[in-house]
Amino acid sequence: MEFKTFVFYFLSAILVFAALRVITARNPVHAALFLVLAFFNAGGIWLLLHAEFLAITLVMVYVGAVMVLFLFVVMMLDINLERLRQGFWSYLPVGALIGILLVIEMAMVLGGRYFGLDAMPVPPEPMAGFSNTRELGRVLYTDYVYPFELASLVLLVAMVAAVSLTLRKRKNTKYIDPSLQVSVKREGRVELVKMQAEKED
Amino acid sequence: MNFVVPDFYPAAAEIFVAVMALVIMLSTTFARSIARSLGYFLCQFTLIAAAFITIGTMHGEVSYTFSNMFISDLMGDFLKVMIYFSMAIALLYGRSYLADRNINKPEYYLLAILMTLGMMVMVTSNHMLTMYIGLEMMSLALYALVAFDRDSARSTEAGMKYFVLGALASGLLLYGMSMVYGATGTLEFSGVAQSVYNQAANKPVLLFGLVFLIAGICFKLGVVPFHMWVPDVYQGASTAVTLILATAPKLAAFAMAVRLLIWGLFDIAEQWQTMLMLVAVASIILGNLAAISQPNIKRMLAYSGISHMGFMLLGLLSGVVEGDRHFALNAYSSAMFYAVAYVIMSLASFGMIILLSRAGFEAERIDDFKGLNKRSPWFAAVMMFVMFSMAGVPFFIGFFAKLSVLQAVVAAGYFWIAAVAVVMSVIGAFYYLRVVKVMYFDEPVDTAPIHAPAELRVLLSANGIAIAALGLAPQALMSICAYALLASL
Repeated sequence: MEFKTFVFYFLSAILVFAALRVITARNPVHAALFLVLAFFNAGGIWLLLHAEFLAITLVMVYVGAVMVLFLFVVMMLDINLERLRQGFWSYLPVGALIGILLVIEMAMVLGGRYFGLDAMPVPPEPMAGFSNTRELGRVLYTDYVYPFELASLVLLVAMVAAVSLTLRKRKNTKYIDPSLQVSVKREGRVELVKMQAEKED
Repeated sequence: MNFVVPDFYPAAAEIFVAVMALVIMLSTTFARSIARSLGYFLCQFTLIAAAFITIGTMHGEVSYTFSNMFISDLMGDFLKVMIYFSMAIALLYGRSYLADRNINKPEYYLLAILMTLGMMVMVTSNHMLTMYIGLEMMSLALYALVAFDRDSARSTEAGMKYFVLGALASGLLLYGMSMVYGATGTLEFSGVAQSVYNQAANKPVLLFGLVFLIAGICFKLGVVPFHMWVPDVYQGASTAVTLILATAPKLAAFAMAVRLLIWGLFDIAEQWQTMLMLVAVASIILGNLAAISQPNIKRMLAYSGISHMGFMLLGLLSGVVEGDRHFALNAYSSAMFYAVAYVIMSLASFGMIILLSRAGFEAERIDDFKGLNKRSPWFAAVMMFVMFSMAGVPFFIGFFAKLSVLQAVVAAGYFWIAAVAVVMSVIGAFYYLRVVKVMYFDEPVDTAPIHAPAELRVLLSANGIAIAALGLAPQALMSICAYALLASL
C-alpha cells in the first residue's frame, strides 16, 4: 500500500469514528470535542486532495471560531439530558430500521461498482507551482462574484434574524447615556439653597 | 485570463431589491419613531418598483450574465412579477394583524424583502450554487418570520421545527448537488444538461444525486413524504406569516423544480417522473384524507396545500412519455398555471382568516366561520368563491387549474393517476363545502362586527373577484404561462 493511501484510510477511519461519537456521546461537551476531531481529519483529507486553503480554513474557521463558540454555548446552557433522551427507546426501532435501510441502499450505489477507479478516474496531478489558494482567489471575486455577494446577504439575513428574535429591551435598566453624562452643567448637579443661618444651642 | 465586467442590466431588479433591503435596514434603524410605517411603505415601494424594473428590462430572449450563473428569461420574469405581487398583497393583508398583536416591527419587513430577494435569486439562477444560496436566503428569513411572534410558545416551536427539518432538507439537496457535480463536472444547469445529453455523465451517480435533489425539492414544496412540517408550521406561525409561507415560496419552489429538473436533467426525465409520480399520488391522497378531520382551518388549509402541490406535480411529471416530448410544453405550462392559481387562492383563504381575527382572537377554527353570511354576506361570498375554487367547482380558477393538469396527465396516458386525482378531489370537496355549509346554514357563534382596515376589505374583495373572474376567462393567464415557457425553453 502506498503511503498516501495509508494516510487516507487512517484519517478516514478516525473521521468516521469521531463522527459516530458526535451523535453517540452522552456528554454534549464530549460530542463537541469529537466534532473538532472530525474537522481536523476532514481537513487532513482535503490536504491530500491538494486543497490546502480549504483545509486550513476549515480548521481555522470551524475549529478555531465556530466550535469554540459552540463549546461555550454548550457549557453555558443548562441542558437537561434526561429530557433529551426521553422517547429514545420508543423511536429507536423505526429510526434504526430506516437508518439501516438507507445505509444499505447507499452502500449498494456508493460501492466500488460505480465509484471504482475505472468509473471515476484519478484527476491528473497538478503541475509544480500550482497554488490552490491562488486558483480560488482568482475566481472568487470574478467569476463567482454574484454568489459571493449573495452569500454576504445571507449572512445579513442570519444577523437580522438572530437580533430580531433575541434582542429584548430590559426594563428598569441602569443605563446612562454617555453624551448626556458629559454635557451635564453645573446647574444640573448642584443646587444652592438660601437659608437662614442657624445657631446650635 | 481576462476579467470582463458582467452585464448588470438583466439583474437590475435583483440589484435594486438588494440595495433597497439595505436602505430599509438603515432607515428604520435611524428613524426609530416612524420605523414601523416607514419599513412597511418602503417595502411596498420596493416591490412595486421592482415589478416595473422587471417588466421594463423584459425582452423575449434568454440571456445570461455573471459567468452564466444568472439567467434572464420570460418564465423567470413572469414568476418574479407574481412573487412581488403576492408578497405585496401578503404584507398588506398582514399589517393590521401584526399591529394588533404588537409584533409589527420593522425587522419583519426587512426579513420579508430579503426573502423576496432570495426567491428572485432562485427563480433566475442557472447554477446550483446560486440556486442553493437563494434557497438559503429565502429559508433563513422564513425560519425567523415563523418564530417572529417570539412570546408565543407555539410560534417558537414551529420556527424550531421548520428550522431543523429545513436544515436537513438543505443538507440532502446539497448532497444531491454534489453528486450531480461529481457525475457531470459542472454546476451550471445548461452544462449539466449538455453533459447528460452527450452521455458523458456517470449515470448511476447522476441518478443517486437525483434522488437527493428530489427529496430537497419535495421538502420545499411540502409534499408527501416530506410534508410533516407543513401542518405544524402553518398552524404555529402567526397567520400573517402563514400567508407569506403559503404563497410566494411555492412559486420559488416551482421555479427550483423547473430549473433543476427540466433545465438541468431533462434527459433523464423518465427517471424523475417516476419518482414525482409516487410523491404526487401520495400527496393527493394523504392531503385530502387528512384534511377532512381537521377542526382548525389553518391545519385544514395546510393539508389542502399538500394535495394542491401534489396536483401541481402532476403537470411536471407528464411532460415526456417514452421519449416523446410533444406534451412537454403543455404539461409544464399547466403546472405553472396551477402554481399561480394556488397562490391566488391561498392569498384569499388566509386573508379571510386575518379579516375575521382581531386583537386577542384568532379565527382559526372552522367554527369561527359559522354564520358568516349573517355577519357579512359579501365576505361569506368571497370565502365561498375561495372554497369552491379550491375544491375545483366549475367556473372558478381552481377548476381550470385542475382541468389543465388532468388533461396533461391524460394526454401522457396515465389514466389511473387521473382517476385517483379525480376521486380524491371529490373527497376533498367535502371539507371545502363544509366551510361553506357552516357559513350559510349555521347560527353565528361569534357576533362581533368585523373590524378591518379599508384597504384589507377592498383588496380581499378584489382577490375574491379575481378568483371568479379568472375562472370565467382563464385563457389569458393560461396563454401567458404557455408563452413564457415557450420563449424560455
